[in-house]
Amino acid sequence: MSSQASRAGGPKKKLFFTVAIVIVVGAIGFLAFGGIGKNLVYYWNPTELLQNEARAVGAKIRLGGMVKQGSLPKSYNAEKFSELTFVVTDMKHDVKVHTRSVPPQMFREGIGVVIEGTYTKEGVFESERLLVKHGNEYQPPKPGEAVDTKKLMKSMAESKK
Amino acid sequence: MNKRFPSEHYFGLIGLVLLGIGSYVGLVVAPPDQYMGEVGRILYCHVPTAWNALLMLTIACVVGVGYLINRKTSWDDVLVGAIEVGVVYTIMLLIQGSIWGRPTWGTYWDWDPRLTSSAVMLIAFAAILGLRTFVDDANRRAVWTAVATIVAFVDVPIVYFSIKWWRTLHQEFSSPQTVAASMKLPLRMNAFALLFIAIWLIARRARIEKAKRLKEGGEVAEPTTSTLIAGQE
Repeated sequence: MSSQASRAGGPKKKLFFTVAIVIVVGAIGFLAFGGIGKNLVYYWNPTELLQNEARAVGAKIRLGGMVKQGSLPKSYNAEKFSELTFVVTDMKHDVKVHTRSVPPQMFREGIGVVIEGTYTKEGVFESERLLVKHGNEYQPPKPGEAVDTKKLMKSMAESKK
Repeated sequence: MNKRFPSEHYFGLIGLVLLGIGSYVGLVVAPPDQYMGEVGRILYCHVPTAWNALLMLTIACVVGVGYLINRKTSWDDVLVGAIEVGVVYTIMLLIQGSIWGRPTWGTYWDWDPRLTSSAVMLIAFAAILGLRTFVDDANRRAVWTAVATIVAFVDVPIVYFSIKWWRTLHQEFSSPQTVAASMKLPLRMNAFALLFIAIWLIARRARIEKAKRLKEGGEVAEPTTSTLIAGQE
């Protein structure tokens, strides 16, 4: 068997093979332990953001939490959007968010959001990118509350940067 | 025994019929989602695809361990089938997720732990197939494939539990309590449909691999292999 193995490939093939293995193992290792290691969190919640205020100011970070009930302006309308200020909360602390990126149609009070941007000295999180975190509930609409799919698709087309 | 209609075709038939019915129920009979509307119906193919993609790597791992124990080359034929179906299902998974993510999350892709570990699964499947092309000797190739598959299996619990272990953009675990009764039926039907189709494709692929291996060289044929061929004809 070993004699078969030795003629299995020339030195060129072996080198290519070794390089390929190193790249794949490296990529998997980086993705598994570098990007999503336990000390690196995908987003900070408002409490963590306020605790690390000094590090947060000016740095590109993600803030995750819930859109606080009552914090969206009554005039909010995804179709006539220019900019928006609202509050993200983790039920302990609140962070004021300012955004110019059009939120997806799913965006509403009480929904989870992940926001990319930076924290300013003024105590406002300036958002460049706003993502909506969908819950794990799948339920039919309540009577008279059918979702307008056309609106949803339209909001998608409009939210291109 | 001369079979004109190989037995695995029955799995394919059942799978395709189930997929047809499940998709009909999912697209027409089941209600839209309360927040996502019609877009939420992608649930009925995305979740079954995810379950089956994870299952493919799990099956491949079990078959790989089995091969290392019994050294029957026919197990390697099944292993390569499971890996290839895994590639297809994982690509489907990532595409469906992107299509779903854009209108609901607001993005096609983000490097959150669930999405990243799923992408790692695709890299792992592709790496195993790539590895196979570098080893000419059938027995060595089977051993390398089995070992690589067992290593790659580490990603299965990472994908599955990523939404519990880390913060993610991806939604948390759904449970029978969080999914409406009317939505569970198409979800489960499509899950079994994709499983049957996977079994069908794996069996077909194993046949091709076996034929290819026999054509490649009689020199590799060991006593175990030849008795196996004799036993199946």
